[in-house]
Amino acid sequence: MPDYRIYEHPILDFRRGRRVKFYYRDKVIEAYEGESILAALYAVGYRVFNRSPKLGLPRGAYCMIGKCSSCLSIVDGVPNTRICIEPVREGIHVEPQEGLADIRMARKQENVETVKVETDLLVVGGGPAGLKAALVAAEHGADVVLVNDHYVLGGQLVKQTHKFFGSRDYFGGTRGFRIAEILSKKIKEYNNIHVYTNGFAYGYFKDGVVGVAVHGEHPLNLLVKAKTIIAALGAAEKGLDFEGNYLPGVMGAGGAQTLMNQYGVRPGDRAVVVGSGNVGLIIAYQLLQAGVKVEALAEILPRIGGWFVHAAKIRRLGVKILTRHSIVRAAGLERVEKAVLQAYDEHFRPIPGTEKELDVDLVLISIGLQPDTKFFAQAGAVMKWVPEAGGLVPIRTWGQETSVENLFVAGDASGIEEATTAFIEGEIAALSALLKLGLGSKEVEERRGKLIDFLWNEYRMAPVVRRAREGKLKVTVSEEEMKKIRVGEYP
Amino acid sequence: MSYKEKGYIEPEELENLGLLPPRERLEKGPVVIAECPEEIPCNICVHVCPFKAIKMDKIYEIPRIDWGKCIGCGVCVPQCPGQALFVVDLSKPSQALITLPYEFLPRPEKGMRVILLNRRGEHVGEGVIVKAWQHDRTWAVTVSVPKDKWLEVRAVWIPEK
Ligand SMILES: Cc1cc2nc3c(=O)[nH]c(=O)nc-3n(C[C@H](O)[C@H](O)[C@H](O)COP(=O)(O)OP(=O)(O)OC[C@H]3O[C@@H](n4cnc5c(N)ncnc54)[C@H](O)[C@@H]3O)c2cc1C
Ligand code: SF4
Ligand code: SF4
Ligand code: FES
Repeated sequence: MPDYRIYEHPILDFRRGRRVKFYYRDKVIEAYEGESILAALYAVGYRVFNRSPKLGLPRGAYCMIGKCSSCLSIVDGVPNTRICIEPVREGIHVEPQEGLADIRMARKQENVETVKVETDLLVVGGGPAGLKAALVAAEHGADVVLVNDHYVLGGQLVKQTHKFFGSRDYFGGTRGFRIAEILSKKIKEYNNIHVYTNGFAYGYFKDGVVGVAVHGEHPLNLLVKAKTIIAALGAAEKGLDFEGNYLPGVMGAGGAQTLMNQYGVRPGDRAVVVGSGNVGLIIAYQLLQAGVKVEALAEILPRIGGWFVHAAKIRRLGVKILTRHSIVRAAGLERVEKAVLQAYDEHFRPIPGTEKELDVDLVLISIGLQPDTKFFAQAGAVMKWVPEAGGLVPIRTWGQETSVENLFVAGDASGIEEATTAFIEGEIAALSALLKLGLGSKEVEERRGKLIDFLWNEYRMAPVVRRAREGKLKVTVSEEEMKKIRVGEYP
Repeated sequence: MSYKEKGYIEPEELENLGLLPPRERLEKGPVVIAECPEEIPCNICVHVCPFKAIKMDKIYEIPRIDWGKCIGCGVCVPQCPGQALFVVDLSKPSQALITLPYEFLPRPEKGMRVILLNRRGEHVGEGVIVKAWQHDRTWAVTVSVPKDKWLEVRAVWIPEK
């Protein structure tokens, strides 16, 4: 069997857990505790995990964070399981799903126990925004329930190996995965924070009740009645339309980042990255660190989207950055074997005769993120389409409260930025919730004011992030305006 | 084309932005060059310099080096998240010394011969590592390079044995 695991890495030590064995289509697979099922299968060479319902086209790993449904499989008889965020367990049986599942198969889930809990604050999502929010609220004595659909806390931080920019007050200079470790450890120190990992918040009900499906060995239907809720669900990577984009090997750049940095699995041998935002630039660099050759990075605009320093890092190692270029085709039998790039003119029309064929097995898409806001939409929050924020986002007050009273938003779900602003928004949301709960002193109010001022009038004033600021301005309103929105008077 | 189109900055752009130390200063001994021309929200270097040689008022301003205060110690080099800081020493007669960040395998060691890369990733010669130390797994590697390449070399590549 091939072995794609990385054993030596310049930045990361992969301290793998106990060995476990499980079954995939009756084959015995050896894996390590802590790996997701998909990562373990990828490590030994599997690339196709599902087939599309109509045409039977192969489906590979795409997002690796449970957002895209590309990897739906049957785990111990439970269909529609996202194996990219399902941990391996000894002796489980995993089958590919091959299209839509039969509901009769789901019988195992019929007698799942329902548990009801009450709390001051429910935090949905354990990324930087959610973790910071939970910690701040708990410090001030609130009773907190934290649910996270991934089995590991930290959100996207767990795969970020670069040292953070930003302010030292928010972990500037520290590598992302270390920040995740520090915060997760802190969370455990509070006995007023109750954590449910592998718990997916599936819906918002009357009187502030949130339904959470807890997966795994002991599945639960958790009903949380919360006085306040902070939802920090993060974002999903956007897809791109081109011929052959369904082929395994076409992946979100963040999906490849998850494989190599979180699980220590090399996603392929030769990559092309599409999109030159910070995520694309950073991941191109990390691919080199993981021993993947980066043939080119294509950007359709005439300028590099991300920060210059990130571009300079890969450029000086010989990675070509092709501006005014994009991908037109990926080709291969059951997985990517080639990609074709083409030059574009100023009207974004492909220029004939400029095709370049690249011999790659990975096409990594990083053309932006899309806030995960299904939860807010379902809860009935008033939303607005804001391109600068990545798409549809809930309208909120300066204190991060949405039009659904006591439901707050923070982090990428409120509009795409990055981890530092996610921390700050998480903290602001927590302070607002504390004030609502009557747990906030004058000091809480002052701290919140200071943070809002720093965020809007200093941090977000940096020219490179001002577009995001403009976007968020469009959906941030005063308490008075929000009162009007709540009674149906839209500005 | 500017650095934002190409992904690398030209010496003239650095000069025009006032980011290069005066020649006399360079010849006196090691000094840092910050190739960080874009206003990004970051001030790590300001905080890590033990000699308070880097100035910035607002978090997004570009870092300005006080070339009188900077002693070229290199402490900031592996801590800059943008890997944009390089210490250059032109005080030796035959070779220039450059201290630059490095985060790859194999691990650097004193005495190793390395391939010298310019800002575009082109091989521009060979150098020798004279010193290597790390901060949180980013190496600060000091290489000796041909003297006329001090403004060109910005990365090293260590060939696998
Ligand atoms: C794949 C990927 C890679 C990235 N890499 C980088 C990078 O290298 N550098 C960089 O600066 N930025 C990167 N980003 C941007 C990144 O989104 C932000 O830096 C930051 O992580 C946002 O924090 P957050 O707390 O808002 O969301 P996240 O960190 O995304 O955390 C959200 C959490 O919510 C959980 N969740 C989602 N829905 C539910 C639900 N319904 N129920 C329960 N839990 C739920 C998720 O499991 C996750 O743990 C990346 C983004 C993605 C998507
Ligand atoms: S080289 Fe040393 S003295 Fe100069 S700026 Fe960096 S840390 Fe400060
Ligand atoms: S630490 Fe590096 S990236 Fe940050 S401001 Fe200083 S030179 Fe620029
Ligand atoms: S949901 Fe598993 S790869 Fe996207």
